Amino acid sequence: MTTEPVLSVEDLSVRIAGLHILQGVSFTVAPTGVTVLLGRNGVGKTTTLRAVLGLTPTGGEVRGSIRMGAQTLLARPTHRLVRDGLGYVPEDRCVFAGLTVAENLRLAERRGTTPAYDKVFALFPELDRRGRQRAGSLSGGQQQMLAIGRVLLNDNRLLLVDEPTKGLAPKVVTEVAEVLERVAESVPVLLVEQNLAVVRRLARDAVVLAAGRVAWTGDARELLLETALTRSLLGVGSADGHHHEAAPAAAAREDGH
Amino acid sequence: MDTVILLTLTGLGLSALYFLVASGLSLVFGLADVLNFAHGLFLGVGAYATWWAAGNLPGAGGDGFGFVLAVAFGVLAGTLVAILVELVLIRPLYSRTIEQVLVTVGLSLAGVALLQATWGADPRTFPRPDWTREVTSVLGANVPNGGLLLIIAAVVVLAAILSFLRWTRYGLVIRAGVENREMVTALGIDVRKAFTLVFAIGGAAAALAGALGSVYFGTVSPGQGGSLLIFAFIVVVIGGMGSVVGSAYAAVAVGLLQQFVNYYGTSGLGDICVVGLLAVVLLLRPQGIAGKVATA
Repeated sequence: MTTEPVLSVEDLSVRIAGLHILQGVSFTVAPTGVTVLLGRNGVGKTTTLRAVLGLTPTGGEVRGSIRMGAQTLLARPTHRLVRDGLGYVPEDRCVFAGLTVAENLRLAERRGTTPAYDKVFALFPELDRRGRQRAGSLSGGQQQMLAIGRVLLNDNRLLLVDEPTKGLAPKVVTEVAEVLERVAESVPVLLVEQNLAVVRRLARDAVVLAAGRVAWTGDARELLLETALTRSLLGVGSADGHHHEAAPAAAAREDGH
Repeated sequence: MDTVILLTLTGLGLSALYFLVASGLSLVFGLADVLNFAHGLFLGVGAYATWWAAGNLPGAGGDGFGFVLAVAFGVLAGTLVAILVELVLIRPLYSRTIEQVLVTVGLSLAGVALLQATWGADPRTFPRPDWTREVTSVLGANVPNGGLLLIIAAVVVLAAILSFLRWTRYGLVIRAGVENREMVTALGIDVRKAFTLVFAIGGAAAALAGALGSVYFGTVSPGQGGSLLIFAFIVVVIGGMGSVVGSAYAAVAVGLLQQFVNYYGTSGLGDICVVGLLAVVLLLRPQGIAGKVATA
């Protein structure tokens, strides 16, 4: 099995509206398992994912190098990157509220490939049952499953998953984590996540950002065992599985399954 | 009672004209965030191309199948100009709102000037079938056939656009893109193709409005696109950016209000009432009747 990273980010700098959000970020994503991108709120985690996907807002300035295998990603249009196997599950799910569940899935089908509905419905039987329901009327958990199911219809070389458990009830968080664990068996995942229990369960490698720079990289479990380190880098006291302080309890109560 | 029926049907004829212009405008704004001030040009091109074809295109004319051919030529010309405008002028300026406005305003002015320079500023008699000059008795009211033709055309266009949005892959892309364009791209779809498509649809509908509106008025003039565009913008805002169904409801409201108030009040008061309606909608429901959703 190859050990070449599936994604290499080198000296990535992003400036948006005069703010220097990322300042020379470099890291790699292993070809298997989950690599988690950690850090306090506002350090540039989502900005990093969006830069990889070419979704930096117009007027934003991106410098550095991003490669998926031998392929250079910067300056390529987003839809081409996605067709080349970069799957994206955005923060806040971003399902199309006015479309039905079936239409949301149909939209994700790619020309020339056979969509893996069997795989998606095996993971999320509810999506099959609720095909004619408008996505906007689904619960937060169901919307998250739709957002994940949408990318799993196609073969991907790498999944970018941004805060998949944000605002979900604890039971749903567990379900989402289980699904991501199964998904990560077949495709590498670059995950942004605030819930350290989920991180401990899923992640093998960790990249910690602080003030727009990489502050730490290494084994995710080692990081979570180092209380002083997690406190200084993430603002939490221990790796005992409790939520990160930036994932407020109110958010968990906000949404049921 | 006859007067009310006549006013209602002529008002609906006006509504139909507004809807044909506004439907494309609404889709273009809803999907591509482009405030297209050059949309009236597509109407002018459709009208003049139909007028030209009726007199010059082999097989085309002012009556029967020849008239249908002339209108088809006008619609095709409007569609091609819309596609050209999107590809050449708008595409390099996506996400640059001010530049877009400047370019489309400039294009609309240049377009009118070009039509004037080519065919003169005076209105020209529009070739039209004899039956469109006649009236049909509806519940005792003599309604101009030209108005009824506009209503039928608008209903057909509405049904066609809704079917397209509901049943086709590109329709799905447009509906999703109106909601969240970036996410459509993040699913691997080149949304720019859909931009060109909505410009084409909008251009075709506006060109049809130009041809049939000229049938209704009996003349064609360079500036008629611009004057209709103002009310079409009002219809788009009242209906909800991106909503074809919202545009249809808003067009009916605007057309009827204008017609009734202009008849029972002072001429011109109807136009002021339409602006008043716009202000009320903006205050009470800024997202418009349907909100930002490409209904299908």
